[in-house]
Amino acid sequence: MSLQASTLVARIGRNGIGWVLPVLVIAGWELASRAGVMPANVLPAPSAVAEAFWRLLLSGELIRNIGVSTARALSGFAIGGSIGFALGLANGLSRLSRGLTDTTLQMIRNIPHLALIPLVILWFGIDEEAKLFLVALGVFFPIYVNTLLGIQSVDPQLVEMGRVYGMDRRALFFRVILPGALPAIFVGLRYALGIMWLTLIVAETISASSGLGYMAMQAREFLLIDVVVLSILIYALLGKLADSFARLLERLSLGWHPAFQNA
Amino acid sequence: MPAASLTAIRSFVATPPPSRPAEPVERKRAFAFKGVEKRFGDKIVLDGIDLEVPAGQFLAVIGKSGCGKSTLLRLLAGLDRPTAGSLTFGTEEEGHSRTRFMFQEPRLLPWASVVRNVEVGLTGIATGAEARRRALDILGEVGLADRADEWPSVLSGGQKQRVALARALIGHPPILALDEPLGALDALTRIEMQQLLERIWLAQTFTAVLVTHDVAEAVALADRVVVISAGRIALDLDVPVARPRRRGSAELARLEGEILDHLFG
Repeated sequence: MSLQASTLVARIGRNGIGWVLPVLVIAGWELASRAGVMPANVLPAPSAVAEAFWRLLLSGELIRNIGVSTARALSGFAIGGSIGFALGLANGLSRLSRGLTDTTLQMIRNIPHLALIPLVILWFGIDEEAKLFLVALGVFFPIYVNTLLGIQSVDPQLVEMGRVYGMDRRALFFRVILPGALPAIFVGLRYALGIMWLTLIVAETISASSGLGYMAMQAREFLLIDVVVLSILIYALLGKLADSFARLLERLSLGWHPAFQNA
Repeated sequence: MPAASLTAIRSFVATPPPSRPAEPVERKRAFAFKGVEKRFGDKIVLDGIDLEVPAGQFLAVIGKSGCGKSTLLRLLAGLDRPTAGSLTFGTEEEGHSRTRFMFQEPRLLPWASVVRNVEVGLTGIATGAEARRRALDILGEVGLADRADEWPSVLSGGQKQRVALARALIGHPPILALDEPLGALDALTRIEMQQLLERIWLAQTFTAVLVTHDVAEAVALADRVVVISAGRIALDLDVPVARPRRRGSAELARLEGEILDHLFG
């Protein structure tokens, strides 16, 4: 094998190694279904799920539901994430702000936000606001906690250096504090993206008239188990997509970090 | 040190900067401490320090750990305020904000390239292309021009301190405060850095205040050595040895012995 070919194989091996296990699981699953070990009313074969995917894709139902869910997820994320980020910055930079709000926020944080679903349905019915509220609340805390942590863990020696070199508050924030807090903020972002999907799916399963969660619940009523499995697989893919996006952002903005230099 | 950097330093020394004052540098005063006292709670760290330093002098401050020498430097750089007494500078504009500080650690911003880190020293002085040009110039003087666009994390300890030195000097500060900046380096890199520091000091004629626990380093570099003990100046000694000084010469060894006797006698 030539050197080039072998490095190419090595590269595919590195990038593709994460997919070996899922592919093996699906192959084993298909075999088990074909052999009749796995009854179709418990778990349909991957080929049946693929057929359901194709059917829903052609009818436009799948695209519409993914679109609705994604729009909900992202708007809830934008609202909760920006409030969490702003409060994290404020409480990281100002002792007064932290003193005023942190205790309250920590108390609210310990309420599982999904426990609020009955109350949220009473407040908002099953309209869009209910889903937005829950997603926003869900993503708020990981972003808030990690932004605050990030700012508090910025090396005070670097802040002192910035002061000695005459940086004003603005320069100090943009050149020292924010870049220093960024790794922690990204951890919060990745957590928040996971919570974003989780919250949305639960909310849609309980109260919605469109979206992926709704599609899965409808399919359950009509015993379309292939559609239920398809929905679950799509959650997995969407979650992975969001995480890959966050990792890409991380790599682009944390190129200086030793952890990303040989990635 | 790479050959390129040595030539850079040589040319740097050969051409005196135009800003060199015409009158003897000893005339002007860089700064003066008058009865300066600093306490943290009940603990008196500095107890009535009187110290007048002429512009352009290389002063070394020595003392055992916890004697207050770093506090003295922090007062000079405006990082702390004296509890009593006064600190005056030669002219108004040469106040705290024009005193540059070199820390024991390089304290480079890990998320900024080497050249951007040096540009930090031009905060409020120059920006953009002008800042970059000047930063590249001074990086050449410390022998790191070819590393300008790398991250600080790939540099060695000595290289990081050279970047920190470039950052401290790029704004042409009248006073440079050095808080054991070479303490963490290995012995050979340390001597290299001392020579670099001396050459740049000779060329730029700023006032240097070096806090160190290394007596040999103090007598090799300084015009004057001050020993601080229990918050007071215990010894104030001139080092009348011509430059370039030869390390390990009898004269330096005698002075070093005198200071050590004072510290432990």
